[in-house]
Amino acid sequence: MTPGLLILAQADASSVDRFLQMLVNGLAVGTVYALLAMGFVIIFKATQVLNFAHGALVAIGAFLVAIVAVDLDIPGRWMPGAAEWLTWSLAAVVGVVLGGMLGLLLERLFIRPMVGEPLFQVAILTVGLDIVLRTVVDDIAGLDGRPLADPWGISTATFGNVIIPHTQLVQFGVTAFTVAALAVFFRSRTGVAMRATAFDQEAARAQGIKVGRIFGLSWFLVALLAGIAGIFVSIFPRAAGVSSATAFVAFRAFPAIILGGLDSVVGAVVGGLIIGIAESSASVYLVEFDNILGTGFSAIIGYVIMMIVLLVRPYGLFGTEEIRRV
Amino acid sequence: MLSVENLEVVYNDVVLVLRGISIEVPDGKIVALLGANGAGKTTTLRAITGLLDIHEGDVTKGEIHFNGVDITEEDPSKRVIRGISQVMEGRRVLAELTVDDNLKAGAYINRSASKVKASYGRVMTMFPRLADRKTATAGYLSGGEQQMLVIGRALMQDPKLLILDEPSLGLAPLLVQEVRDVIVDINSQGVSVLLIEQNANMALTIADHGYIMENGKMVMDGDPARLLKDEDVKEFYLGLHATGEQKSFRDVKHYKRRKRWLS
Ligand SMILES: Nc1ncnc2c1ncn2[C@@H]1O[C@H](COP(=O)(O)OP(=O)(O)OP(=O)(O)O)[C@@H](O)[C@H]1O
Ligand SMILES: [Mg+2]
Repeated sequence: MTPGLLILAQADASSVDRFLQMLVNGLAVGTVYALLAMGFVIIFKATQVLNFAHGALVAIGAFLVAIVAVDLDIPGRWMPGAAEWLTWSLAAVVGVVLGGMLGLLLERLFIRPMVGEPLFQVAILTVGLDIVLRTVVDDIAGLDGRPLADPWGISTATFGNVIIPHTQLVQFGVTAFTVAALAVFFRSRTGVAMRATAFDQEAARAQGIKVGRIFGLSWFLVALLAGIAGIFVSIFPRAAGVSSATAFVAFRAFPAIILGGLDSVVGAVVGGLIIGIAESSASVYLVEFDNILGTGFSAIIGYVIMMIVLLVRPYGLFGTEEIRRV
Repeated sequence: MLSVENLEVVYNDVVLVLRGISIEVPDGKIVALLGANGAGKTTTLRAITGLLDIHEGDVTKGEIHFNGVDITEEDPSKRVIRGISQVMEGRRVLAELTVDDNLKAGAYINRSASKVKASYGRVMTMFPRLADRKTATAGYLSGGEQQMLVIGRALMQDPKLLILDEPSLGLAPLLVQEVRDVIVDINSQGVSVLLIEQNANMALTIADHGYIMENGKMVMDGDPARLLKDEDVKEFYLGLHATGEQKSFRDVKHYKRRKRWLS
């Protein structure tokens, strides 16, 4: 029995609270991983390449929200007297959509010309894009220390003895909505075309699907997801704004992607939640073993899980072993 | 309806694969295109449907007209919208998607929901076995069911011309019969058909006209009944000697080699 379950078995009020708090914290991390992982997976499915520029999209998405919400105050300046949560949320939508358009542009300028080139080259190109994007935005606009000035600040809600920041309640709601919206999208005409293209480009073209347009749309979607993740990475309780460190958060979603399966959007969500809860439970229940495991084991437990998964089930929980080209 | 004139195709800028072939598919007819492995049948299909580019192929000469319009350089999706649909060699089901989603992908160019519904209904009536397996993952269907699925997928586009590339490949004789009947059925609904086959027997028994190509050239064309009786065709494309005995693959290969020395 794991220490977590042992402690739960004693079932006194405080340990139940501790468990619930751990779960909430785990979900808070896990939903961010899920958002990040979905972005990686959608690009991977479309191009068989890990998009190393995803982190830059995360940082730039949050940065654009900061610009729109704080510097430009759009649409708040045209809506005097409107509730702050409303104007800020609208600003966030505008910022995230701008980020999406950047994704569209990047695809058109850099990725589309690489269609048909060796995958390794495409991967390296995304590494280059990541560095260039982060540097350029940082140099021109100053990425560091831009607060997003969300209306919830550090306020919290209390359920029994469990404390949840308001920002995290928003995050749960937004993630649930995003996942549901994606599920609906993937059943739509365009969504099915995207899945068809991901599976077999030539067969998709034979149906009259314009795969170039589908690639552009994938990058738009993925940049949206990155921006949404970027917001929650940059506000309380995780950070006090966008910084050059924001981009690196994306790579912490790797264990979630491997666990869920590189080519499964469902896997990205499930993997994200599992890794989030694993990290959170490790930080609560494994502290007693710090002298054996070393402090901060919770930060690497995701990678430990990832390595075990790679050994036991390399294509992850939901990944396809090789249905392709049956 | 479709006319291919003097078509020349080159792969990778150097490999000349089609050396000036011409094909006519008249309105409402079934035309068979036969040829051994590597003759250039699939290349012809790619040229007609605009999918040469991902194979690094180019049309270097000749023209393709569809209903009088020059489509030689047209975007592939436009050609599908014009009414040219294809069933690709090797089936190419979208194995990870369900049967229904495969059909939905096929209907991509069809924006009218009522038309999609009508096509879907027609496909389900034509292939009752697909109707039983709507939500099944396409990759787990049997070979015969997959062939029906990709034919159904093409029909979702409401084609005027349907091009099938070796639909009998790898199917048991009974299923080949079934595919043949399906093609006749589709044609009877007013769809012109270009049927690419190595199974000359299957194709020539339903075709209105037959072409035989070899090494990127048309070597014979004419009335299917006459082609079926032709000794050369019998020997090299039906795999039968005059005695009716099956010819082995090695003999056919040998023939090809011999031919190359001659040319
Ligand atoms: N992408 C390519 N690059 C270079 N050569 C190619 C390419 N695709 C096909 N070829 C060559 O072109 C010739 C014709 O090929 P094609 O696939 O059109 O023949 P086919 O008649 O369809 O044969 P099969 O019956 O085996 O399907 C072959 O010699 C083949 O090797
Ligand atoms: Mg072929």
